[in-house]
Amino acid sequence: MSGEKDLEQIKREAAQKAKELAKQRQAAKQAGEGNDPKEVADKVAEPEVKETETKAEAPAGEDAELAKKKAAAAAKAKAAALAKMKANAQSEEAQEPKKEVSAPVEGQDAELAKKKAAAAAKAKAAALAKMKATGQVEENAEVETPAATEASAGDDDDLAKKKAAAVAKAKAAAAAKRKAQAEAGGEADAPAGDDDDLAKKKAAAVAKAKAAAAAKRKAQEAGGGADASTGDDDDLAKKKAAAVAKAKAAAAAKAKAAAGGGSADDEKAKAIAAAKAKAAAAAKAKAAAGAKAGAEEPVEEKKPSPNQPYLDKYVKAITDNLGDDILEDSYINSLSKDVPTLVAKKESYYRLAEFLKYNELLGFDYLSELHGTDFQTHMEVYVHLYSYKNRQSVALKVKLDRDAPVTKSVQPLWAGADWPECEAYDLLGIKFEGHPNLHRIMLGEDWVGHPLRKDYEPYDVEV
Amino acid sequence: MIRTEEMLLNVGPQHPSTHGVFRLVLKIDGEIIVEAKPVIGYLHRGTEKLAEDLQYTQIIPYTDRMDYVSAMTNNYVIVHAVETMMGLQVPERAEYLRILAMELNRVASHLLWWGTFILDFGATSPLLYAFRDREMILNLLNELSGARLTFNYMRVGGVKWDAPEGWIEKVADFVPYLRGQLKGYHQLVSGNEIFLNRTKNIGTYSKEDAINYSLSGPNLRSTGVKWDLRKDEPYSIYDRFDFDVVTREEGDALARYHVRMGEIVESLKIIEQAVQQFPKDGEIIAKVPKIIKAPKGEAFVRIEGSRGEIGCYISSDGKKEPYRLKFRRPSFYNLQILPKLLEGESISNLIAILGAVDIVLGEVDG
Repeated sequence: MSGEKDLEQIKREAAQKAKELAKQRQAAKQAGEGNDPKEVADKVAEPEVKETETKAEAPAGEDAELAKKKAAAAAKAKAAALAKMKANAQSEEAQEPKKEVSAPVEGQDAELAKKKAAAAAKAKAAALAKMKATGQVEENAEVETPAATEASAGDDDDLAKKKAAAVAKAKAAAAAKRKAQAEAGGEADAPAGDDDDLAKKKAAAVAKAKAAAAAKRKAQEAGGGADASTGDDDDLAKKKAAAVAKAKAAAAAKAKAAAGGGSADDEKAKAIAAAKAKAAAAAKAKAAAGAKAGAEEPVEEKKPSPNQPYLDKYVKAITDNLGDDILEDSYINSLSKDVPTLVAKKESYYRLAEFLKYNELLGFDYLSELHGTDFQTHMEVYVHLYSYKNRQSVALKVKLDRDAPVTKSVQPLWAGADWPECEAYDLLGIKFEGHPNLHRIMLGEDWVGHPLRKDYEPYDVEV
Repeated sequence: MIRTEEMLLNVGPQHPSTHGVFRLVLKIDGEIIVEAKPVIGYLHRGTEKLAEDLQYTQIIPYTDRMDYVSAMTNNYVIVHAVETMMGLQVPERAEYLRILAMELNRVASHLLWWGTFILDFGATSPLLYAFRDREMILNLLNELSGARLTFNYMRVGGVKWDAPEGWIEKVADFVPYLRGQLKGYHQLVSGNEIFLNRTKNIGTYSKEDAINYSLSGPNLRSTGVKWDLRKDEPYSIYDRFDFDVVTREEGDALARYHVRMGEIVESLKIIEQAVQQFPKDGEIIAKVPKIIKAPKGEAFVRIEGSRGEIGCYISSDGKKEPYRLKFRRPSFYNLQILPKLLEGESISNLIAILGAVDIVLGEVDG
């Protein structure tokens, strides 16, 4: 007797514990969102952007060559900051050349700018290589694809886009080269070929820098007589300014960190710089995406699905017989072999299921699959039905309240829904009202929590 | 007067004729089963939970361990789901290799069932014949994939290994060999009076019940529903082959026996045609990104496995891991009808009824 009580007690406590943990986690998450690097970056970057905008205008009057080089240097610096962010903790070697980056923005001397650009490029290459070594090849792949698409969507009028594409292309090329080198080098080369490798990397970086510079020049030429920084092309100027600001910020942060020497300071500065770089990159990507979308939109035209008539038929039958207050949504799921999909309103789920089974026209007599999914905003039950009479499929879905997921059981309609509903209850905690024997079919009745929920915390009495 | 009273009888979880870790709690009155309560979950490994942290290619070996008797079809369902979402075109040669692998595996699976089903009645020698011939298939699949049971052979976009030299010829030779053996099987078992007594009119259900209980595969076709996803919703290149969907009208254990035996013949037909059409050369895997990412959205696909419909639902948020993965496991659905079949039956028929459903517990428990 007391033993049973104890068990109950333990269970309740465990449930409480799991809940609290989940709450804590959520709170932590929210707090984390509050510290979103983008937001921080926006806040910090704002004033500086303005400041540098004026600065960026200055070189317009000066030698065009100088401006070009400067811009290239700035771009490089930005790239370096980005790479840094990625390489993050283990970038002690990369830090060395990065310190030199601090000046390029103010640098008036062309020679100096050039040198600095090279240094930055080197740093970036090193960071990238490192990153790759840690197994994040994925990033490269991601760089490659947008490069290809953006390049192909090249629009002469759109200066910003072209520039972005050219830069991305150069980057991709460099990455590919490096990759090829790494592959060709093999493991045998590793110990002896250190210097060789470095040289190669340097060469690649220089090539990249060159490509970027060329792209810039081209972009400026395309801009025609209008000077980029005189405000004719606002976009370009802004972007340039942003890049400069970013580089500057990164450099400043670095300098500060170097001066302070404290690891905490260093980290903070790094974080701020990284956040800034990220925000700028995001803005750039957005701009590029916008430009791309504008170019491609009219080309894509969807063919109507062969299953569209079926969906129309189902929707019509439902609205004719049950009214319009049944469906929340209905669409063709093109990813899933064009299956007509009906989303029922919470309270009409069972009525709709009943209708789908017994209506003469529809006759969905076979339940192929039933399961739930925790979408974090809501809980969803997915039912795949089939009609042997009409040889047609339909997917029926219903969205439930995540905190108290309850719906009516469809077991009385399809006996085959019995165990799947038990499984959904067991693993996700969805309660099916009217189910004759809803129990924990897989895990056993003494299990605490529902593992397929995204906030699940494993519970162990002994831990 | 004989006085009887109800008693509880526990079958399993460790019992040879449950073909795995499956427990039945029976309430019996004399020799008549009053109520049967299946208890499952002993082999639940949380595949779906694990998959949420795995890349799509890493999930494939887990599918081997669901229906470990017919792992090729399980392999196929996950890659097929991802390919459907990505809209990938699979190279010809890969498609043929997949078909050959899946159909060989289906034959192996049915052979294993044949041997063990009859073993449950006490006939030991058919098992040895079945395993001898199944062994030849496992050897073929071993040459192809490097494993006898857990193949891990399919990949998103194609297959992992090309057929080794001479493999296709070996498969071609195997088909007539097994056809000859099948004659022997029928002579040995199909007309045997004891066998007939133990299967005919045992565990009968109607077409309506089969559909209502979501049965699929031979369990469904034994009631006369002509339904085979290979034929009715063709996937891969099944529409290129000429084969029949074997059905029976009786709906008893014997009907299920004949449907499975007939399916071996049909699978051999498909294998024979695939060998003839097999492309001389070509790619075995499509050009796919190194990191496979299914596009944002969801998909549910179903294919015809050895035991029925295998389904795979993927909900993706565009990352390299699925947001949610769900397998429709045919044995799990097929087993639901068991309590209904056992009610009122004599306890001596329990094993025949359970055996005829053809379950694999790895698949039941997921």
